Amino acid sequence: MTEILWLVFDLTLLILLLALAWLTCATRDVMRAVTLFIAFGLLLAIVWARLNAPDLALAEAVIGAGISGALLLSSIKDYPSKQPDRKQSRVMEGMINVMTLALTGIMSWAAWHALEISDGVRLSEQVYAQVPASGVSNPVTAVLLNFRAYDTLLELAVVLVAVLTILTLNEKRPRAPEIPAALLQSMTRWMVPVLVIMAGYILWVGAHAPGGAFQAGAMLAAAMILQQLANTSMQRNINLLLVRILLVMGIFTFVLVGLWMMSLNDDFLAYEPAWSGSLILIIEAAATLSIATALTLAYMGGRPAGWENANKTRSSTAEDGEAL
Amino acid sequence: MIDALAIVSIFCGLFFFLSGSIGLLRLPDLFSRLHALAKADNVGLALITLGIILIEPDPVNDIKLVATWLLVMASSAISSHLIARHALRESRDND
Amino acid sequence: MMAVDSTFSLLGIALLIALNLLLLSLIIGLLRAWLGPGVEDRFSAILLLGTGGVAILFILALLLQVTALYDVALVLALLAVVGTVALTRSEQSDD
Repeated sequence: MTEILWLVFDLTLLILLLALAWLTCATRDVMRAVTLFIAFGLLLAIVWARLNAPDLALAEAVIGAGISGALLLSSIKDYPSKQPDRKQSRVMEGMINVMTLALTGIMSWAAWHALEISDGVRLSEQVYAQVPASGVSNPVTAVLLNFRAYDTLLELAVVLVAVLTILTLNEKRPRAPEIPAALLQSMTRWMVPVLVIMAGYILWVGAHAPGGAFQAGAMLAAAMILQQLANTSMQRNINLLLVRILLVMGIFTFVLVGLWMMSLNDDFLAYEPAWSGSLILIIEAAATLSIATALTLAYMGGRPAGWENANKTRSSTAEDGEAL
Repeated sequence: MIDALAIVSIFCGLFFFLSGSIGLLRLPDLFSRLHALAKADNVGLALITLGIILIEPDPVNDIKLVATWLLVMASSAISSHLIARHALRESRDND
Repeated sequence: MMAVDSTFSLLGIALLIALNLLLLSLIIGLLRAWLGPGVEDRFSAILLLGTGGVAILFILALLLQVTALYDVALVLALLAVVGTVALTRSEQSDD
């Protein structure tokens, strides 16, 4: 009986996911598409939870529902609600169809192939065998920060390059000084600290339970985005030099640890086994701050006022009272 | 038996949840829909949380459950207030 | 002492039925996301997904015996507000 019920649940989730994905792309109304996309993100988090992948569920909930939602909503605010019909050339349509079919075919083949392997040692078994030696007990963190640490370093670099691109393209538009609801201001006063504490908790617990640097960084960014959106009357001069330092701190710490280990063990990022846990925590803490800064800057969409002079002076608040 | 009580609680919570969703679909106006959302769904969540606590009492998890429930209540109330205020402003601007 | 959710226990079946009914209420809410004449109506479906998602995560945590899902539910509850604030505070014109 329980198998049937699980099957119903799984099939419904699957159909719902596909339907949401299709409808998000098919609808002409931009607002509807964004809302359906956020719903899709939330549903995907539930699917990850169902598939026994809490790390992914955490990441999807924070980034897919929170950050992506905020990013999309703030970037379409100037769009007209209905997009006009755009005539697309037949060639382009044909190419898109062919590439989509090809991609679907390749991924289906890969999934079928992965499920059909009956003999041979699977990679996950090898990973589980090595996890106790890695310094952490959460296998996801072990893979991300120890076995495949180089990949994570490059991912941080990708994030940095993306943020730098955003920063070079645009100046931050000043916000209209609308007075926020009193409820919003008082809520922010306790919500932002709760979010920060939660981010720290997720960072810390990532060593032995689902969590880690990316999730914690995204939560911290959500806290900063909330702070920015609420536009509290607290005016602060944010030291933009500090922002720059935070932005690169993750990669800097990572590379520094790698070089240090190279001087000890003759291999870039070859952790000293006794120090693995502490090294991973240090790298993750720095990466959290970097990711949070990067995502917040990406949300802001451009250079804050006074960015070019960050090395010389502190930033000044813009005249409309907007504070970072 | 505690488990039976928990199941009853969960199904009562489900009843409230479903009625909240149906209300979201069928009620005529945004503001009435927000009522259905903020109130019925939260009562449903409260009953479901109670059921889960009864099934597996574990001190750390129970604190997390209750904290999550309180946060959901607070965020529902705040969110529906913000949405209603926003909608009111938009309609006032358009008139 | 963990509750035994063996394959054929009544508790497991009841929880699974609850899970499916919660998914049903989510689908009903998503219809509002599709129809809703204004953006606020559509967004209230996101609120429903937040609360319903928390409930589903609770029951999944119980059925799959994965306590980390309680953390995910907590995070989901916190982020629903951020989304709402992003909606209501970003729909302003620049002067």
